[in-house]
Amino acid sequence: MAVMEHAVHNPTGIDEKPLEYRDPNQSVKILGFWLFLATDMLLFGCLFATYLVVRTHTDGGPTPQQLFDIPGFTLETFFLLTSSFTGGLSTLAMRNGNRKWLMTWLAVTILLGLAFIGFEVKEFVGDVAVGATMQRSAFLSAFFTLVGTHGSHVSIGLVWMFLTLLQVARRGITKVTARKVFVVNLYWHFLDVVWVFIFTIVYLSGRVM
Amino acid sequence: MAVPSGAMPSSGGHKHKATKYIVGYASSLVLTAIAFLLALVKHTLPVGPLVVVLTVLAALQIVVQLYFFMHVTEGDGPPFHSVFLILGLLFTFAIALMSVWIMSFPAFMAQVG
Repeated sequence: MAVMEHAVHNPTGIDEKPLEYRDPNQSVKILGFWLFLATDMLLFGCLFATYLVVRTHTDGGPTPQQLFDIPGFTLETFFLLTSSFTGGLSTLAMRNGNRKWLMTWLAVTILLGLAFIGFEVKEFVGDVAVGATMQRSAFLSAFFTLVGTHGSHVSIGLVWMFLTLLQVARRGITKVTARKVFVVNLYWHFLDVVWVFIFTIVYLSGRVM
Repeated sequence: MAVPSGAMPSSGGHKHKATKYIVGYASSLVLTAIAFLLALVKHTLPVGPLVVVLTVLAALQIVVQLYFFMHVTEGDGPPFHSVFLILGLLFTFAIALMSVWIMSFPAFMAQVG
């Protein structure tokens, strides 16, 4: 299997593994985190299923075409895609043992995440201001639950990433902090994938259907 | 900058390159741009095929994030995490697509109007 061939960079030397995998006590936690991501996927699967079923049930209220603001969700998408890239660069800096760049890229990722959340809050406040509240229709209940659950995941991720940044600042790049940086970035990339499906299924499909 | 005690040296002398991340970021931007253009600007495709194409583009973005950013092909020992992922994705798509399928039954739609 292709996955096995890349299991270690150099099978002859254990130190050639990426930093976060060198201690078995840390790498088992990374494995556990993948399991969490698989279950979190199921949560979003259920929310997407609900949204897809009640998408057209607007009860005479605002429709997706009236509600979704193209510049707004385009900017949100750009911020989150870019933050996934800068999060990846922080993993790269961690693997290279470069604490300064690791902290810089984590900080940039946090700022981009804050910009994303800022635009999302602005969007939600604007929706509510025109009467598109969660209680208005089945469509809006499903919309706010799905997009809001993703937004709360991102908010938790921001706090988590900030705490990771503080630990790297205090303790440097150790086996433990390397694993923490890797795992928080796995979470961040996962949220980017969920957002890709939100802009595809909710926003873009909402504009064309 | 002083290195705190317990800090690990960088891996085995060689530096990891940013190439993989740049390719990943460029791919995700291109896939996103295609999806936005097809849905918002062009309107060349009928709605049915358009939604299928958009879903395929989103699925490609999963691959981009997993391969370029999440290092899914690396790891310690057997690739158990790939088993978790495949099962998770299978159940997720099963829940979403089968819900859509069963709720579109004509008999049910007739009842709710």
